[in-house]
Amino acid sequence: MGRIWSILFLLVPILGVAFFVWAIADIWPLNNHWLPENINEPSRVIDGLFMFILYLTGTVFIGTSLLLFWFLWKYDADRNAEPVKYMHGSHTLEVVWSILPAATLLFIAIYQMNAWANARMRRPTIGPGVDLIAGTADDELKPPLALVTGRQFEWRIRYAGKDRLLGTNDDVFTVNDLHVPVNEEIVLQIESEDVLHSFFLPNARVKQDVVPGMRQFIWFLPGKTGRYDIVCAELCGWGHYKMKGRLTVESADDFNSWLAAEHAKQEQSSFSASEGEE
Amino acid sequence: MSGATIGAEASPAHASSGSIGEFFSTYVFSRDHKIIGLQFLFSTLLWFLVGGLLALGIRWQLAWPWAEMPVIGRMLFSAEGGQVSPEFYTMLFTMHATVMIFFVIIPILAGAFGNYLIPLMIGADDMAFPTLNMLSYWFMWPAFICIGATFFMPGNGAAGGWTSYPPLSVMEQAAPGSGHAQTFWLIGVTFVGISSMMGSINYMTTIIQMRAPGMTMFRLPMTIWGMFITALLQAFALPVLTAAGFMQVLDRLINTGFFIPEGLVVNNSVAMAGGGQPLLWQHLFWFYSHPAVYIMILPAMGMVSDIISCFARKPLFGYKPMVYSISGIAGLGFIVWGHHMFVSGMNPVLGMTFMVATMMIALPSAVKVFNWLGTIWGGKIQFTTPMLFALSFVSMFIIGGLSGIFMAATPVDIFIHDTYFIVAHFHYVLFAGTAMAVFGAIYFWFPKMFGRMMNETLGKWHFFLTFIFLNGTFYPMHILGAVGFPRRLADPYHYETFRHLLGLNQFMSVCAILMVATQIIFAYNFITSMFWGQRVGRNPWGANSLEWAAPSPPGHGNFDFQPVVYRGPYEYGSPEVDTDFYPQTQPPPESSDGEETAHDA
Repeated sequence: MGRIWSILFLLVPILGVAFFVWAIADIWPLNNHWLPENINEPSRVIDGLFMFILYLTGTVFIGTSLLLFWFLWKYDADRNAEPVKYMHGSHTLEVVWSILPAATLLFIAIYQMNAWANARMRRPTIGPGVDLIAGTADDELKPPLALVTGRQFEWRIRYAGKDRLLGTNDDVFTVNDLHVPVNEEIVLQIESEDVLHSFFLPNARVKQDVVPGMRQFIWFLPGKTGRYDIVCAELCGWGHYKMKGRLTVESADDFNSWLAAEHAKQEQSSFSASEGEE
Repeated sequence: MSGATIGAEASPAHASSGSIGEFFSTYVFSRDHKIIGLQFLFSTLLWFLVGGLLALGIRWQLAWPWAEMPVIGRMLFSAEGGQVSPEFYTMLFTMHATVMIFFVIIPILAGAFGNYLIPLMIGADDMAFPTLNMLSYWFMWPAFICIGATFFMPGNGAAGGWTSYPPLSVMEQAAPGSGHAQTFWLIGVTFVGISSMMGSINYMTTIIQMRAPGMTMFRLPMTIWGMFITALLQAFALPVLTAAGFMQVLDRLINTGFFIPEGLVVNNSVAMAGGGQPLLWQHLFWFYSHPAVYIMILPAMGMVSDIISCFARKPLFGYKPMVYSISGIAGLGFIVWGHHMFVSGMNPVLGMTFMVATMMIALPSAVKVFNWLGTIWGGKIQFTTPMLFALSFVSMFIIGGLSGIFMAATPVDIFIHDTYFIVAHFHYVLFAGTAMAVFGAIYFWFPKMFGRMMNETLGKWHFFLTFIFLNGTFYPMHILGAVGFPRRLADPYHYETFRHLLGLNQFMSVCAILMVATQIIFAYNFITSMFWGQRVGRNPWGANSLEWAAPSPPGHGNFDFQPVVYRGPYEYGSPEVDTDFYPQTQPPPESSDGEETAHDA
């Protein structure tokens, strides 16, 4: 029986790796069962890090699982005639297998830091600050294109409009419909009106919890036009599943004309509304 | 015998006398650690069934969204035509996690096995504080009642997620389950905390004070080390959760506003108080709940170490490094809670420090895996049911441990946070890891608990089918996570990104249903073996540790002799004796004349 059980444990690395390879190779029925298309140029590094960790952990997974199988196969009591190796451990081995993983793990941690800083701490700038040196703390930050407010269960979007200032008369309002120009660094201000939400763009590798009482910024650089999902990734109540928005990436011209059209539509309706009040 | 018992209680073998009062004091409000351990075991196994059924509800909705649930659909959701409602789905995953964590894993490890094994394995006649021990079980009942009652409250249970993040969990108007159900949920969890705290104090005191002569700290079995470190973690982490729980109750009942910022408009009604911070709850919650993750695995690691060494018939490889590893995990466990909050809005600079600490906590886990492999190497492996479950713990923990590194890497976590990747990770650690270890421990110590063996053939079928179906259920979750498939969505398929993942989800749900069905074999085996299993003597497995020197099952007071310990618990295959095991109580050949010569090394 020992052989059967050893083979069962051998199946773990074989099938485990095969399943991932199948998904990465994009073969039916696991086609499209891998990292979705990434339109955010700077976050390609996140996919790279994901694959890097996958290869590293995959190697350890295969190695340790094969060892487990081999020891079970070889030292099955029914077949192993040798006496038990009576030993309580090995100081050398303990030192080796402590230092190697420690160094690897520390390397992974330090290796990630730049990508994290780029994604979370280095908001795009539009020019050097008063000291006229780019890359210093007083650089002028790029203002947000729009304010996205999460509320049960929709995303309310307020564009800064022509003057690039939020809270002025030329702001444009939409619901669940976010348009951004292609090949431009997009900065969004995200807030919540009620409970926690999480602004998740799977195709841009952007995710940020939206916390009521906090003002936060996210940024990405879409490199391809198209329509993509905006997902709420933090439980926000019974309707959490349907808090769906759409991200439209389009050329700068298309974006500007869309924004102008939305503005005109809004002016007209607000005009008629105020007329109705009178 | 501890000082807490008085008079008639001190005489053993009173179990069979007839009066109702004695029946209650022996089997119901018992102060005997073994009865209390079994009470915990039976209660948690029943809740395990409840938690499993809740999980099937989740899997049903994910595989066949909005389809009519067979048989019970019409009873539960007459208004919705038998389909799961979104608010019910929210309740399902909240209560699945709550039941599994607070009513199954924590109490079955610390409550059931901790209680049963600690005095036996250290050679004591009972716990240091038997009455406190009894209370630690009976304080679970208010928790059972509070949380069980929430199923019958508006919203059919708490629905803020088991993490209970405010403002959703604080504002009554935020969700159907955020009414009384949430208050009772918080009170219930607090009672679990009180119970754990009583257990924790008892375990620490017992292990430090009541070891048999010769039982030094470094002769303790790994199971006891796991329980000891767990007790320390609970003692230091639980007060924070209790305080946070009371703060949330106060926020809910008298508008204190610890977690509620100003100017909130929830469901078109304005929150009264303000000035709080939702992230404060997350910090307090995870300051407990991250160490709790280790509370949920360290005892399992200890039990697995004992089982593997016993059935490899070989000393545990690297005993002291194993002890240092779990101590290291416990220490680092207190400074990694922020890795649950990388995308929460916490300062990103803090994220970096938490990332380094989190990466480092993978190290002791790796050391443990290597030592388990070292234990198997060169042994004579007996493939018994407990051994198979213990080996599967190692095999599955490798997957669960390695997948954690993805989440620890902050930039990668941005993408996979709150997706099925994390769901895959913690199910590999908690189900494929801890629950499989618990099954192994039940098969291993069942003969000690009931004096009878469980059926090996049924046990192996139980293992084989559970192992296959658990991988069928949880392994594909990694792939879902790589696509970004979010957790906690009642219907993820109306997002175009995730529409094509339905087929894989159906496969996983079929596996989940079969996995739950497989547990019928276990239940049948457990119940029939209790009454009709093959009778065994003291030491059916040929194991070394002290509990196997006591009668099976041990009577009141445990040992019918004073155990004296001469060596560590892992002397298998020792050249000093002819047998392949060398019990801790067996005097060495030279000094076989006197038990009094026990030396404290």
